[in-house]
Amino acid sequence: MTSTLSQPAIAATGLRKSFGDHVVLDGLQLTVPRGTVFSLLGANGAGKTTTVKILSTLLRADAGDARVAGHDLAREPDAVRAAIGVTGQFSAVDNLLTGEENLRLMADLHHLGRGEGRRRAAQLLEQFGLTEAAGKPAATYSGGMRRRLDLAMTLVGSPQVIFLDEPTTGLDPRSRRDMWQIVRDLVAGGVTIFLTTQYLEEADELADRIAVLDRGRVVAEGTAEELKRRIPGGHVRLRFADPRDLDAALRVLGDASRDNDALALRVPSDGSLRSLKTLIGRLDDQAVEVDELSVHTPDLDDVFLALTGDPTTGKVTTR
Amino acid sequence: MSAHTLTGPPPANLRFHPLRDSATMLRRNLKRMLRYPSMTVMLIGMPVVFLLLFVYVLGGTLGAGLGGAASAGAAGGRAAYANYVAPAIILMTVASTVQGTAISIAMDMTEGIITRFRTMHIARVSVLTGHVLGSMIQAMISLAVVIGVALLVGFRPTAGLGGWLATAGFLLVVTFALVWLSVALGQVSKSVETASNLPMPLVLLPFLGSGFVPTDSMPAGLRWFAEYQPFTPIIETLRGLLMEEPIGNNGWIALAWSAVIALGGYLWSKRLFNRESAN
Repeated sequence: MTSTLSQPAIAATGLRKSFGDHVVLDGLQLTVPRGTVFSLLGANGAGKTTTVKILSTLLRADAGDARVAGHDLAREPDAVRAAIGVTGQFSAVDNLLTGEENLRLMADLHHLGRGEGRRRAAQLLEQFGLTEAAGKPAATYSGGMRRRLDLAMTLVGSPQVIFLDEPTTGLDPRSRRDMWQIVRDLVAGGVTIFLTTQYLEEADELADRIAVLDRGRVVAEGTAEELKRRIPGGHVRLRFADPRDLDAALRVLGDASRDNDALALRVPSDGSLRSLKTLIGRLDDQAVEVDELSVHTPDLDDVFLALTGDPTTGKVTTR
Repeated sequence: MSAHTLTGPPPANLRFHPLRDSATMLRRNLKRMLRYPSMTVMLIGMPVVFLLLFVYVLGGTLGAGLGGAASAGAAGGRAAYANYVAPAIILMTVASTVQGTAISIAMDMTEGIITRFRTMHIARVSVLTGHVLGSMIQAMISLAVVIGVALLVGFRPTAGLGGWLATAGFLLVVTFALVWLSVALGQVSKSVETASNLPMPLVLLPFLGSGFVPTDSMPAGLRWFAEYQPFTPIIETLRGLLMEEPIGNNGWIALAWSAVIALGGYLWSKRLFNRESAN
C-alpha cells in the first residue's frame, strides 16, 4: 500500500493470449507511469481490446505478468478491480434506467451512502453536460451522450487507473472533441489513462506515450514526436502545370518518385532550409517551371504505415 | 507514507457486501420491470389466455371426460375441469415468469452492463441474486393475479388457511428452482430471442403431464414420460394442497426435483457467470 507511488500504474511483461490457433497477444510488454495518458494504437484486430480485457481482469492471460495500480493481476484481481474503471467499446449503461439512476446504481455498488451518492451523481451529470437529460431513460440518449454517461459511471468510484477502449469510435467530431477535453481534465486530476484507439489523430492529441500494436506485439513505443522522428517520411512535394516540366524535373532529381496524381513528384527531404535551397537551385538551373512546392514532415500515418509494413491491411484511419 | 494524496481517494476497502449489493441489484431489477411493463403483462397474459381457453372452450368436453365422481353433465364438467386445470395453469404462470428471467438476463448480457459489473469490486453473485429475487417477487405477483382470475372463472379450491400457506411455500420453492435454471438458460443464450425460446419447454411441460388431462388417458410411451417428468408430481402436489386431496409421495418427489433443479441451475449459472468472455 505504501509503495504505490514509485510503481508504475501499469506494468506488463510477456503477455500472451490466443484463442484456439489464433494468437492475439504475442509477448506484449508495456509500462505506463502514473498520472499519464498511454495510448495503444493499432488497427482492428491488432489485439487492443484483448489487452484491455486482460488488464481489467475480464480475461486471463495465457502467460506473462502484469501489475495494475500496484497489484498483481493474477493474485489480487479484487484489489485491481477496486482501483480501476473501464469504459469499453460498447456502452455499458442500463438502457431502461435514467441517466441519474444509472449513476446512483454505481454509487450504491460503491457503497457511497444515499446523500453522498446523490451529490456525486449530480456533480457528474453537471460535469458531463447531462443534467438536463438526467431524468430520461438512457435508451433515448444520443451516441455521444451515452458515451459520456458511460464514462461518468466509470468515474463514480474515483478509479486511479481508467481504461478507455476506443472511446470515440462512432462519435461525431464534436462529441469526439468533448471526449478529448474530458480526458485531459481527468489527467489533470491525477488519474492514469490507458486509451486504445485506431485514430492516429486521437493518440497524437491526447497521449503522453504511444505504443503501436501490430499482430499482438508492440512494434514501437515513444512520444508522438519520438515516433515521428524515428521514421523517414519527410518529403517535398512538387506540382507541375506541364507534363514536360515534370519529366525534366524527374531527370534532374534522380531520386524523385511520381506522386499519385499525374502532375506531382515526391522528393525525399529532411525539410531543412539548406536542402530546399539545393533543390530549388537545381530546378532553376534547368529552368524547370514548378507550379507549387510543399514540405511534408512525417505524421503518425507515415509512422504507422512504416512500422506495420503492409499499408493495405493497416485499417488505421485518420479523420 | 502513502501515495493516495496524489492518486485520488484511498483504495476501497476490499471487503465484499453480498447482501447490500444484492439489494442494490434487486432495486435495479424492480425498476426495470416497472419501466418495461409490457413484458410483465405478456408473462401474466399467457397463462390467463390458456386458462380462459381451457375452461370456456375445452372445459365442458374435457370435464365430462375426467371420469369418476367429478363430472356430472356439461356445466358440471366445466366446473370440475376448472378445478382440475387450475394447478397446471398456476405452474404455467411460474414457467412463464422464469421465461422473463431468461430474457432479462440475456438483455443484460447483450447490453454490456454485465461486463461493467465484472470489472467492478462487487460481490459477483449479487448480479444473479438480484435477478433471482426480482423474479421471485414478479412470480408472486403474477401468481396472485392468475389465481384471482381462476377464482373468477370457477376455480373452487377447498383448502383452508393452512393449505394456502403450504401452497404458497411450495410455490416459492418451485419458483426458486425454476428461476435458477432460467438464469443459466438466459446466460447460455447468445441473443434475447434465443433466451425467450429456450425456456419454452417449461411452459409446455404441464401439457405432457397430469396438468390438463389425467395421464392414464395417454398412449403408453407418452404416459410413461408424463408420469416420471418433474412437473407431474409438482402439479399433483398443488392439486392435493388446494383441493385437499391425498398427495402421497408426490410432495417429496416434487421437493426432491425442486432441490435438484435449483442446485443444478445454481451451479450451472455460477459457472457460466465466472467463465471468461470469449471475444
